[in-house]
Amino acid sequence: MKILVAVKRVVDYAVKVRVRPDRTAVDTASVKMSMNPFCEIAVEEALRLREAGAAAEVIAATVGPAQAADTLRTALAMGADRAVHVLHDPDPARPLLPLAVAKVLRALALQENPGLVILGKQAIDDDCNQTGQMLAALLNWPQGTFASKVIIDKDKQKATVEREVDGGTETICLDLPAVITTDLRLNQPRYATLPNIMKAKSKVIKKVTPSELNVDIRSDMEVVQVDEPPKRKAGVILSSVDELIDKLKNEARVL
Amino acid sequence: MAILSLLSSSSRTRLSGLREPLRQAGLSALLTRGAPPPLHPHAPTTEFSSPGGHRPPPLDWASVGSRTISSHVGTSLTQYGSRNHALTLHKRFYQTLRPQHPYCGPRASIATSEAHHSVNDPSEVQRRAFGSAAKSIQRNPAYSVLNSDDVSYFKSILGDNGVIQDKDRVAVANVDWMGKYKGASQLLLLPKSTNEVSKVLAYCDSRRLAVVPQGGNTGLVGGSVPVHDEVIVNLGGMDKIISFDNVNGILTCEAGCVLENLSTFVENEGFIMPLDLGAKGSCQIGGNISTNAGGLRFIRYGSLHGNVLGLEVVLANGTVLDMLTTLRKDNTGYDLKHLFVGSEGSLGIVTKVSILTPAKLPSTNVAFLSCNDYMSCQKLLLAARRGLGEIISAFEFMDRQCIDLAMAHLEGVHNPLPLSPYKFYVLIETTGSDESYDKAKLEAFLLRSMEDGLVADGVIAQDISQASNFWRIREGISEASVKVGAVYKYDLSIPVEKLYDIVEEMRSRLGDMAEVLGYGHLGDGNLHLNILSSKYSDNILAQIEPFVYEWTAGHRGSISAEHGLGQMKAEKIHYSKSPEAVQLMASIKKLVDPNSILNPYKVLPQSAL
Repeated sequence: MKILVAVKRVVDYAVKVRVRPDRTAVDTASVKMSMNPFCEIAVEEALRLREAGAAAEVIAATVGPAQAADTLRTALAMGADRAVHVLHDPDPARPLLPLAVAKVLRALALQENPGLVILGKQAIDDDCNQTGQMLAALLNWPQGTFASKVIIDKDKQKATVEREVDGGTETICLDLPAVITTDLRLNQPRYATLPNIMKAKSKVIKKVTPSELNVDIRSDMEVVQVDEPPKRKAGVILSSVDELIDKLKNEARVL
Repeated sequence: MAILSLLSSSSRTRLSGLREPLRQAGLSALLTRGAPPPLHPHAPTTEFSSPGGHRPPPLDWASVGSRTISSHVGTSLTQYGSRNHALTLHKRFYQTLRPQHPYCGPRASIATSEAHHSVNDPSEVQRRAFGSAAKSIQRNPAYSVLNSDDVSYFKSILGDNGVIQDKDRVAVANVDWMGKYKGASQLLLLPKSTNEVSKVLAYCDSRRLAVVPQGGNTGLVGGSVPVHDEVIVNLGGMDKIISFDNVNGILTCEAGCVLENLSTFVENEGFIMPLDLGAKGSCQIGGNISTNAGGLRFIRYGSLHGNVLGLEVVLANGTVLDMLTTLRKDNTGYDLKHLFVGSEGSLGIVTKVSILTPAKLPSTNVAFLSCNDYMSCQKLLLAARRGLGEIISAFEFMDRQCIDLAMAHLEGVHNPLPLSPYKFYVLIETTGSDESYDKAKLEAFLLRSMEDGLVADGVIAQDISQASNFWRIREGISEASVKVGAVYKYDLSIPVEKLYDIVEEMRSRLGDMAEVLGYGHLGDGNLHLNILSSKYSDNILAQIEPFVYEWTAGHRGSISAEHGLGQMKAEKIHYSKSPEAVQLMASIKKLVDPNSILNPYKVLPQSAL
């Protein structure tokens, strides 16, 4: 069975994000970019499944500009077998949206025929949490989102997924092929070790374009303006209960 | 009585937003009587009701009076260890208060050495057990004793808020970060301006009251706490940033600014502080300068002697020496600021600083490697200087015992090389202007080193949080060692080829008595030798001192690479400096501080003064 893992290159989660002075987008000019943390977890899960014998090959895929190849190299350095880079350099006003990504991944899935597609539950730059669900719908495959545990039964071709839901944990059983999106507690991603980095140099990254896949990823949305949230006003320190009541009555008008 | 310890998760960045409010909370705990600092909802806290199993036996609380420490020390959200950098917001802060000796009964205004070393007090026995191999320092009778007129005078200068007599808060200021040195001061002063410092010192000089300048109180040689009843002058209230030249990267600020706050500020402007250490969450720039702190970026940006452009210092008699220039080059006369850099508060109190900050470079890479033996570490260092050259920004090493300790005692860390049975670990950091170029360079260098057999195994961090984890391990070793119980710390500069020999010698000398850790800034030839045991004991100390000092002197090393002399090594300077040099130092001290009120009993030996 093959596992297809989709990864995204995003601004590193530890970076303090700023808006560009022209307010058209977030400043990504000289900030550190890394693999989306949830995608790291997805790659790790795929690797663990391969190590457990449930899968034979792990393929990493990404949609993005030329620099996104770095993210694929990280996935290969972690242990993925090969990678596919769908080249797409959107202009910042029309960024890549989940539906477009889902369409691309669908095309890839139809080409590669994986038994499982694993994605991170959401990207930390747009926080959409849509790609996995849309992909499952486009492929008409079952989905197990917010997975905190995945158990594959190869013989029965089923996946048992524990999902993190608001009320607690839900366990569902999916027929393969299926789409799984990973949540934080699924695993602890491994580091890229030097021997693996060395091996990764000889692994293949196949480059394709969306048109080659017959996917139209023109964006329907246009970003008009990006602003920082309004700065929190400093609190006011009051000196007495009377003053508090006075302020609640006259300024906040809640009494 | 609860000993509150604040532990942070390993993420360097996540808690950046918490640091300032927590520090403010801690500072306000110092300033407002009694109120414990509000705990930030996200800061994990662990409350210990009694010291853990490995610690020295707890005081018998039943017999000790009801007065206990209620102010939680948020003020010293200490990060200990050493490290970095542009990874901006890494924090680890940890503060455990060892059980404080509550003062029972009415306070006599004189704390004589006899009362201080009272036999009935178990914690004093504990401390005495540690210190008895070293000479116990007698209080110099030439110093006056504090009286109520003095206190009134201080109140008239600093206001009621600037004069702290509250036993609990003074008690906290009397103890150093490790809980090893405890003074008997009864007064804590919090000046808010250079003028106030000047008036306080002028008065103390005229009255011959001994003074201890104090900053973040994170020093490791007892230099920032009183030995007897010296008045503590804490500069934490002078924390304004005065100006920043964002073309040249020159920062001017007051001495009480916490290093991490300065880091955050200059990073916002596209620069970084030239020094970085584990204590950055609590240490203040005035203290860093007074101790010529080294830290993790030393290999790249050099010493504070090179980065400090100007100082404003208040001398013992209250004279304000304004040398606060922001010029890169100024060859007019003797460069006096160098006297004060590293003088550990014994020549003057630093009140303002102007410091050069290097530009923040966008690309940082961190690798965590394991090596078979110490020789490989050395060869790796040599290869790194050639192969990574201009982009190398940190080169730290640690031995297997350090990693094991860190894994056992630190929260939220995981071993990047769990299957590695190797004995040495090296952390290399590079900082440069081009991400992909640097990464390619580092990878090529490491792969080559692996082929040459210098590196047995290693990992490269793929994102900032992985890099933080590596640094957390290195910076957390000091913190972890304090948790075991008793730790003897030595900070030695030794020629790189011989650096690890002392660790092995100490292991064979101590055998099962104690555990010996060796780690440090290999790139600077600086070893941090830590010897851990469940409690302090004269036996262990006798095995360590003076052997360690003699060994170091024999190899023409320094007995204090970056920590300074403080109380701990005040009588040991002759191991690393000639008598003529010490004599000249003593002359300078007498010239600048004739009444010897600044930080007495420290730095220079009593015999020289």
